[in-house]
Amino acid sequence: MSIRSPAPSRFRPTKPIDQSVLTNNKALLETIDRRGVLRGTLSLGALTFLTGCDITNAGAVQSVLTAVSAWNDGAQALLFGANHLAPTFSEAEVVKPPRYNGMFDVEDIKPVDGKTWKLELAGRISDKQPWTTQSFAGLPEQEVIIRHVCVEGWDYIGQWEGVNLRMFLEKVGADLSAKYVSFRCADDYYGSIDMATALHPQTILATKYAREPIADPFGFPLRLRTATKLGFKNPKWITAIEVTNEYPGGYWEDRGYNWFSGM
Amino acid sequence: MNRNDGAATSRPQRAAAAKTRKLHPLPLRIMHWTNAVAILIMIGSGWRIYNDEPLFGFLFFSETFSLGGDPIKSLQLHGNAGYAGAEQWHFLGMWILVINGLAYLAYGFFTGRFKRMLWPIRPSEVLATVRDALRFHLGHDDLTVYNAVQKTLYVGIITVVIIEVLAGLAIWKPVQFSTLAMLFYSFQGARYVHFFGMFAIVLFLIVHVALALLVPKTLVAMVSGGPQVEDAPENLAPTTPVVLATQTGD
Repeated sequence: MSIRSPAPSRFRPTKPIDQSVLTNNKALLETIDRRGVLRGTLSLGALTFLTGCDITNAGAVQSVLTAVSAWNDGAQALLFGANHLAPTFSEAEVVKPPRYNGMFDVEDIKPVDGKTWKLELAGRISDKQPWTTQSFAGLPEQEVIIRHVCVEGWDYIGQWEGVNLRMFLEKVGADLSAKYVSFRCADDYYGSIDMATALHPQTILATKYAREPIADPFGFPLRLRTATKLGFKNPKWITAIEVTNEYPGGYWEDRGYNWFSGM
Repeated sequence: MNRNDGAATSRPQRAAAAKTRKLHPLPLRIMHWTNAVAILIMIGSGWRIYNDEPLFGFLFFSETFSLGGDPIKSLQLHGNAGYAGAEQWHFLGMWILVINGLAYLAYGFFTGRFKRMLWPIRPSEVLATVRDALRFHLGHDDLTVYNAVQKTLYVGIITVVIIEVLAGLAIWKPVQFSTLAMLFYSFQGARYVHFFGMFAIVLFLIVHVALALLVPKTLVAMVSGGPQVEDAPENLAPTTPVVLATQTGD
C-alpha cells in the first residue's frame, strides 16, 4: 500500500490509479505461466514439514487442489436449497455505512456517472436493449436485510433494496435454463453465479442501501446482492449482464478462490 | 479379568478356539494416520485463513508453518497472501477429516472398541491416575488398557473434533445450515468456537505426541499394530467387516 497525499474527497480521487507498476513490469507480466506460478506459490518447506514427506511435484498437488475445488462447486450446488431462505434481520441491526472492501483502496474508486451509465445485456437474452437508471426506477423494489459474509471472515448486517433478479431476467426474456449469469463491472471486475442462485427469491440487483441510493464505494448505481453467497460473489458497479452456458469464471475465482462460494 | 466367561458358556466352540488379533487392527491404524494428515492440513491451512482476518490483534501464525503458498509471491501475482491456496487446502482436508472421522466413529461403536477401550470413565479413577502421575507411579507396561486420564482425553478430543466440524459447517454454510449456525449465536460466535476448538486440538496434539515419544512402544504399536490381544466377542474388533460377519453370523 503506497502513502498518498490526501484527496479532496474520500471517494473522488484527483488522479487515477497508478499504472506504473504494470507498465514497468510489462515484460514480466507477459511471461507469467499460470501453472508455473501455481507451482511456485506452493510453500514446499511448510508442506514438507506438515506431511513429513518430500513433495517434489507441486504442480500435481495444485492440480489436485484445483480439481477438489471444482468438485466442491458441485457439492455446494447439491447442498443449495433453491427455496431455503437466508436468515433476515431487523432494521435496527443494519450497519451504516457498510464495510468497504475491494480490489483497491476506497480513495481509488472511480465513481460511475448515473446519467451516462448503461447496463448492457448479452448472451441468451431475447431483449438486449440497454438499461438506464431511469428504466430501473419504474420496477418494483424488494428489500432484503441480510448478513454479508466476506471470504476473509468478517460479516455485517446490510439492508439492500432493488429489483428481484429472477423478475428482471424474466422481463428481458433470459433463458432461465442456462447455467450461468455473468457480470462485468465499471472497474473491470467480473464475476458469475449459477442460475439456481440467480433465481433464488433473495437475489436482487440492488440500487439502494438503507433506503438511500447505494454510495459510490458500494456499487452505485447497480450491484448484485445475493443472500446465499460470499461477498466477493456480489459484483459492484455492474455494466453488463450475460446469460450463458460457457463457464465465465470471475476475478477472484481466476486467482484461486472457490467459484461457487455459497453460504 | 474374567469378562470372557459369559461368552464361553454361551458359545463353547469360541472359547475352545480363542483367536487373537492385534491391539490396533489395520483399519484403525489407517484411520489414525489418515486423521493425523487431515488434522495437520486443517490446522496448517486454518492458520493462514485466520491471518486474513484475525480474531485477536496480537495473534498471527507463521507463514512458514501454515499451508497456502508463499505469501509474497501470491500477493504479487494473485492479489492475496496465499489465502486462496489455504482455502483450497482447507476444503480438501475437510472431506478427508469428515469421511475418515465418520468411518472411525462407526468402527468404534460397531466393533465395541469405544466401549472396551474408552468406557466407563469413573471420576475416582481419574483422580487416582492424576495422583499416580504426579508421584511418577504411572504404569504403562500394559498398552492394551487405557488409564482413566487417557480415556478422558480421548473421549474429550473426539468430542472437540465433532464440535470443531459443526462450527466449521456453520461458518462454511451459515445459510444452508442456518439452524445449526444459530447454535453458535452469531457468525463470529462460530468463528470463536472454531478457533478455540483448534486451540484445544493443538494442546492435545502436543501432549499426545510428547507422551508417544516418551513411551515409544505406543508409537510403534500404532504403526505395526501392537501386542496380540484375545479376540473374544466382547473384545470384538475385527480387521475387516467380512470377519465381523462370519463371527456374528453363527
